Amino acid sequence: MKCGVVVFPGSNCDHDCYHILSHILGQETHWLWHKEEVNLESFDLVVLPGGFSYGDYLRPGAIAGFSPIMNTITRFAKAGGKVLGICNGFQVLLECGLLPGALIQNQSRKFICKNVFVSIDNPDTDFTRSCGDNRVLEIPIAHHQGSYYIDPHSLSQLEENKQIVMRYCDADGNVSSSSNPNGSVGSVAGVTNEQKNVMGLMPHPERCADPLWPRTDGQIIFQSLISAS
Amino acid sequence: MLAQIHITFKDGVLDPQGKTVHHALNDLGYDEVQEVNIGKYMEIKLDSASREEAEIRVREMCEQLLANTVIESFRFTLVDTE
Repeated sequence: MKCGVVVFPGSNCDHDCYHILSHILGQETHWLWHKEEVNLESFDLVVLPGGFSYGDYLRPGAIAGFSPIMNTITRFAKAGGKVLGICNGFQVLLECGLLPGALIQNQSRKFICKNVFVSIDNPDTDFTRSCGDNRVLEIPIAHHQGSYYIDPHSLSQLEENKQIVMRYCDADGNVSSSSNPNGSVGSVAGVTNEQKNVMGLMPHPERCADPLWPRTDGQIIFQSLISAS
Repeated sequence: MLAQIHITFKDGVLDPQGKTVHHALNDLGYDEVQEVNIGKYMEIKLDSASREEAEIRVREMCEQLLANTVIESFRFTLVDTE
């Protein structure tokens, strides 16, 4: 699988994503500088990593959404290319309209950095297919603006189209308000576009995908993508 | 010309900051406070040929970048500076 990891000024999980894709999973991985309109035709996957692109000025992801590289990524996505946005990368995808909804400040108004459980709502996507029967993953989150918002009508449309990929839950997979860390509507932790080739999620799979760590649940996302390519 | 732009959350979008300030005001004895909405205020200096043109361009700026219309609404006024 040929992968690209986008680097915006202020990205800080770019090296983690590169490390997992290249060193741990042995995939051909390239850096994509935000100012370059690289030809992505030969790529299978583009990752927008976490961080604080453009210092989160105005709104997280708002300025990055207009970077030159986003023109190419939008074309790549419209042509069916796979795009994965993690944390700030998710915010960028929402801001540039590749994914529906928005992310607002956590209900607690605090930056939350901890491990959470997510249940795979749709195991039949190129991002989740390797989960098998393992439908509850433990993945860290680290964000201040991670409360997913979409109006109720659009939320039910997402549910109908199976665009909600994962929801926050407890260790047994129960989705409830007590297992919702940030106040996201419907406990949504990750969504896809209608064609299901673009996914954004707030949890950080790249932070639990190196076998040096006690848990490697995050590998499921990357393994699914490798199997699909 | 100066554009004075206000951006606030739409109805139904949770505003945790506004809620917190609301409670703090109530705690201070301002019982009449019913709701607090916290938003952004921006001033943009313009070199526009006309008021009509400024009106169209500022609306565009708000829709394209300054506000995220999924969650925010905006309003603005244009003030003559000369």
